[in-house]
Amino acid sequence: MAESVAISPRRLEREAAKRRQHRRGQAIAAASTIVVIGGLAAWVLNSPGWPEVRETFFSWSIFKDSFPEVLDGFWLDVKLFVIVEIAVLIVGLTVALTRTSRSPALFPLRLLGTVYVDLFRGFPTIILVALVGFGVPALKLIDPAPEPIVLGGIALTLSYSAYVAEVYRAGIASVHRGQRDAALAIGLTDRQAMRHVILPQAVRRVAPPLLNDFVALQKDVALVSILGPLEAFREAQIIQYETFNFTPLVAAALLYLAVTIPLARVVDRIGGGPEGAVR
Amino acid sequence: MSGAPVLEVREVTKAFGEREVLRGIDVTVSEHRALALIGASGSGKSTLLRCIDLLEEIDDGDVFLDGEVITDPGVDPVAVRRKLGLVFQAYNLFPHMTALQNVVLGERRAHGVSKAEAEERGRALLARFGLAGREDDRPDNLSGGQQQRVAIARAFAGAPRALLLDEITSALDPELVGEVLEAVRDLKAEGMTMVIATHEMSFAREVADEVAFLHEGRIVESGPPKKVLEAPEHEDTKRFLRRLLEAGRI
Repeated sequence: MAESVAISPRRLEREAAKRRQHRRGQAIAAASTIVVIGGLAAWVLNSPGWPEVRETFFSWSIFKDSFPEVLDGFWLDVKLFVIVEIAVLIVGLTVALTRTSRSPALFPLRLLGTVYVDLFRGFPTIILVALVGFGVPALKLIDPAPEPIVLGGIALTLSYSAYVAEVYRAGIASVHRGQRDAALAIGLTDRQAMRHVILPQAVRRVAPPLLNDFVALQKDVALVSILGPLEAFREAQIIQYETFNFTPLVAAALLYLAVTIPLARVVDRIGGGPEGAVR
Repeated sequence: MSGAPVLEVREVTKAFGEREVLRGIDVTVSEHRALALIGASGSGKSTLLRCIDLLEEIDDGDVFLDGEVITDPGVDPVAVRRKLGLVFQAYNLFPHMTALQNVVLGERRAHGVSKAEAEERGRALLARFGLAGREDDRPDNLSGGQQQRVAIARAFAGAPRALLLDEITSALDPELVGEVLEAVRDLKAEGMTMVIATHEMSFAREVADEVAFLHEGRIVESGPPKKVLEAPEHEDTKRFLRRLLEAGRI
């Protein structure tokens, strides 16, 4: 602050009052946090079943023993996530572009796109994973049948592309119509207008919801476990069955959190600080 | 002095649903001439310009560019638009691109000019409209007047046969109108053929060779600016000009 300018007493007074208000607010927030969180913790820790729960869910020795195997499985999740995510971005965009195109030749594809989105958004992803994972090998079209992990990845791609296509489509629709007019007026074709003018703006706008879908996908890769691949959840389950202890599942949960929480912070930053972000 | 007709609008009608916006427009703009379209909001000025640039499809009549019909369903609209330039009231610059990228996009993609050549010309064009040094600014870092001058440069970059200017100063703060009109004056001096929809009567008088007064989708009166603006014959024209005068807009 420039000290050469005389600060009026009224302004000093107002600033002091604001500082007092700020300090009081912080004190209240701290006190209420201690009361609420401390109360909850005391409530759970003093519950009659807590010693048993601690042993079955938070056993340090089982955690140590199971962690390497769960982590091993988790790498499979990460690899699957990255590959499916890239596939989803491409398939989703293709479906969105087909659905927004006006070309009469693409009418059947447009219809197909609509049916596709309605269908694959409309029922639980886990059922789709089961249908593709068990149904496709039964068709015996490809011999030998693809690995379960590949089929699981295809199912996830089909499901998530339907959501992502709608996100893209909303983004395309949100670009002002004057942008298309201006692009056509300088002599661009419809396709060029989409590629150089509309799509770049649309993608920027939908980056936060797209990332949000990434976070959801990162968790849903665990659904392929029903087909048998040894990913983190499956590994954890196997150890759980052997030890009658749920700690391996907690270990798996922590691994998912280690990826999804940083991703969520990236979403927050790109979205410009959403409601509910901890500050 | 005037050459061959560049734009000819013949008996053009256009309706949006039940609302007839153009009810038989006839107008010709010859090479190097500027036609000013005046009239109240909703009189059809913008629609006429959009129809000429094939952003709207006309219902009846025809538009000719350099003697060739452009409103035939068999005509490729993209090829026609490459020969025309349109400047919008709200600038419609591409917000994700710099000023220079806005100007060169059409040259690069629609006219197939090499990047280096397009950029060289784009810089020269921006400099010509007083925007040297602003090449790398995004539109939202530019004032309204600067944005509209970028938009004029963008429309002019494709070396159009005619420029269509759609109320290009209506969205501007009053103190920024002058710099934009200066750019248009400059193009007129160079011999650019223009159709100018405008509310700026003094500008119409100064730059236009002909003024056409649109009223409810028809050209009620047209002629040299001096005649239409100072000695109008038609009642509707007189009323329109009187209202502008009362509002202090002349």
